[in-house]
Amino acid sequence: MHASPQLKQKLAILSDAAKYDASCASSGAPARNSVGGKGVGSTEGMGICHAYAPDGRCISLLKILLTNFCIYDCAYCVNRISSNTPRARFSVQEVIDLTLGFYKRNYIEGLFLSSGIIRSADYTMEAMVRVARGLRLDHDFRGYIHLKLIPEASPELVVEAGLYADRVSINVELPRDASLRALAPEKDAGQIKKAMGAVRLGIEERAEDRKGRGKVKPPAFAAAGQSTQLIVGADQASDDEILGKSETLYGGYRLKRVYYSAFSPMQDGSKALPLARPPLMREHRLYQADWLLRFYGFGRGEITSGLPGGMLDLAVDPKLGWALANRGRFPVDVNRADREALLRVPGLGVSSVDRLLAVRRQKRVRLEDVRRLCKAIVKVRPFIVTEDWSPGALTDSADLKARLTPAVPAEPRQLSLF
Amino acid sequence: MPTVRLDGETDFDGWRTAARRLRAAGVPPEAVTWSTESELFADEIEAAPGASAVTAPAAFVDLARDVVLHRSPSRWDALYRLLWRLKDEPRLLALATDEDVQRAVHLQREVSRASHKMKAFVRFRDVPHPEGEAFAAWFEPPHRVLEKTAPFFVRRFTAMRFSILTPDLCAHWDTRTLSFTPGEDRASIPPPDALEEAWTLYYASIFNPARLKVRMMCKEMPKRYWRNLPEAALIPDLIEKAATRTTAMVHADPAQTRRRVAGRAEAKADPAPSTNDTAPASLGAIADLIQGCRRCDLWRDATQGVPGEGPHDAPLMVVGEQPGDQEDLAGRAFVGPAGGVLDRAFAEAGVDRARLYLTNAVKHFKHEPRGKRRLHKTPNAGEVKACRWWLDSERSLLRPRVIMTLGATAAAAVIGKPTPVLKARGQAILLDDQSQAIVTLHPSYLLRLPDEAAKAEGFAMLVEDVRTAAKLAGL
Repeated sequence: MHASPQLKQKLAILSDAAKYDASCASSGAPARNSVGGKGVGSTEGMGICHAYAPDGRCISLLKILLTNFCIYDCAYCVNRISSNTPRARFSVQEVIDLTLGFYKRNYIEGLFLSSGIIRSADYTMEAMVRVARGLRLDHDFRGYIHLKLIPEASPELVVEAGLYADRVSINVELPRDASLRALAPEKDAGQIKKAMGAVRLGIEERAEDRKGRGKVKPPAFAAAGQSTQLIVGADQASDDEILGKSETLYGGYRLKRVYYSAFSPMQDGSKALPLARPPLMREHRLYQADWLLRFYGFGRGEITSGLPGGMLDLAVDPKLGWALANRGRFPVDVNRADREALLRVPGLGVSSVDRLLAVRRQKRVRLEDVRRLCKAIVKVRPFIVTEDWSPGALTDSADLKARLTPAVPAEPRQLSLF
Repeated sequence: MPTVRLDGETDFDGWRTAARRLRAAGVPPEAVTWSTESELFADEIEAAPGASAVTAPAAFVDLARDVVLHRSPSRWDALYRLLWRLKDEPRLLALATDEDVQRAVHLQREVSRASHKMKAFVRFRDVPHPEGEAFAAWFEPPHRVLEKTAPFFVRRFTAMRFSILTPDLCAHWDTRTLSFTPGEDRASIPPPDALEEAWTLYYASIFNPARLKVRMMCKEMPKRYWRNLPEAALIPDLIEKAATRTTAMVHADPAQTRRRVAGRAEAKADPAPSTNDTAPASLGAIADLIQGCRRCDLWRDATQGVPGEGPHDAPLMVVGEQPGDQEDLAGRAFVGPAGGVLDRAFAEAGVDRARLYLTNAVKHFKHEPRGKRRLHKTPNAGEVKACRWWLDSERSLLRPRVIMTLGATAAAAVIGKPTPVLKARGQAILLDDQSQAIVTLHPSYLLRLPDEAAKAEGFAMLVEDVRTAAKLAGL
């Protein structure tokens, strides 16, 4: 295919407009490939990042908007109706051609299509569904498709979107309902929750229908699940509040992921937004805490209780922060402690712990063994006992935090805009 | 000292045959030299007479198949060392802290990373072909992973003709057969095609200059790959201009924002704060109003208020405690597991659910997150009291002859005082508005009972109470 200058201009505008959505995952789709088909495409479980931009973010999908015209006026969004950003609109066919053209050159895993709202929720959703339908039915495309859902769209369109898409998402954007009301007056937090609830029911119903029913199974509904995004630092919500929101979202709607996106200055930003941007480290700490909640058996209260203002410490990761505040539970004897206790040791991840447990079945574990299993023994050492090592007074020493904190922070702590 | 000459850089089978013989003959690792140089002659290794067959776990074979693809000259030796020790230490591979294991696992990890990055970083270009569309890519993998990885591209692009050219080996897929030819040099790089510029434009546009994380990028997209990635040519410029672009964004005057915007959507009305005390005019109005209810805090973590459901002249009103997980998502009362038990009880008692009005004492789902689930939490007295506004409104609009309460919360909400369910169940209680209450168990209580006998007994009570209530209501 050839890209005309007009098409390139649209591509520039509509990918620039899409970059504030952090999600680019291409994992979790059912295994399938193009063998026996007439098109291209495969998904083999693990996602693939085809490139990385200098912002450190993975480029896995062609992430674009169908259009950045929008009748909403969400202060945090570059495409709000009151912004002066240049506007463009792809035709359904153009998106299909670009996706296939990029895919065949192995630039991408598939498409992540979102859109500004034009005319009405249903009108916009219908156009997005047409892109996915065209890719799947006309071109037998078997790569990854992620569709953004519009909460107000009719249930039939949502069902059809889920039929073609591997993943669907609705962005909650603001941790506080009141902030959404203030910054995105056309949106309705209640409607967003209802739509996410309907998606979860749809996914579960279809999974139930597909269980043991002989050969002919109805197609999966968004088999890679649903996700959402929370903007960090656009309102006053603390980390504790944000994690609380995530907990509610994970539990209520069985989300695969909550993405945290540090509010970022943009072209033609709104006056309604804060002048100081949050440090990128805050976003990173939230991801770490999110991980502790989901894979390490931590409760939110354990991570955030006692933190000033409910804010995670930017200087140390949340697990180390918890350990420093709960030194009574350390040191842990790596030769005897159970898996749960080992997972709570700073510097030991899930795979280190599993390998450690396997080693422990064959021999007494020494400090050198732990050093070989983890990334930084300095961080682990104060919290463990091995065959040949005991931290003694180190665990409780007053300057332990200082010893374990890098002398120079990796990034500027707070970037003030003035 | 035996020297083994292997037939090529990735000759796994040759290595395996030789290694088996050497191990059987008891030749220790330090006594063997492995070579892929063709001018050397291999020493003949004879299997020791009567030596037992050498076996290795399947995991070792998988590991070895990967490790031979590594470019390190010591890979053969690393593998033989493991094989040598496996005889006496069959669980060796699980010993992740062992030096020999670590070395082999490290080599394997680098190979599998190289294969993964090949899946990511191969860039096809459109090339002329007499039979139609065809693509070719030039790629320089850090390890010899083409043969291992080519089937991935076949599965992905089955209906597409393509070639992947590398200095070691070239793979060709003609939509039917995968074939390999000897490696080529950089002179064979296919020229850029018409769409490549669109891709680099996309790469530049999706980059957010306000968040520079160059280290992270280089970790995941190592520089060694850059020269064959068309988009990588843009990186220095994108990094250099990032700061200026961000500053320009930050200092742009937000006052220039357009004031007049035609076609803007209507702002959503505030949900009726519904703390006012004007009685709702209809059951339908209640269903709408509870969506904006702020009489207590339960709305915050719930999806929606779940209204009552049923004919507006139902003689029997059934009141549960609160919506559960499923009811919260669907916005309808008694559609989850407890609703299932209740439906069975209705069927057993011969009562048609469609003729009843079903609702809850509390309209929002109270719960606490526990991992990926939401655990039901009993609403407290304050929440029940706050929600009585809605329950009482429903009662006065519906004026049912009989109200059947399920469980303690509903009993207290309807009767107005704590009422022991098991003691009070089954007998009509006259209420202030002259309607009658029948107290019974909550169906979810039956779900929680551990033994089948107690379950059956409880279910029989529920059915009996449903019968009593229906009869009293004239159903």
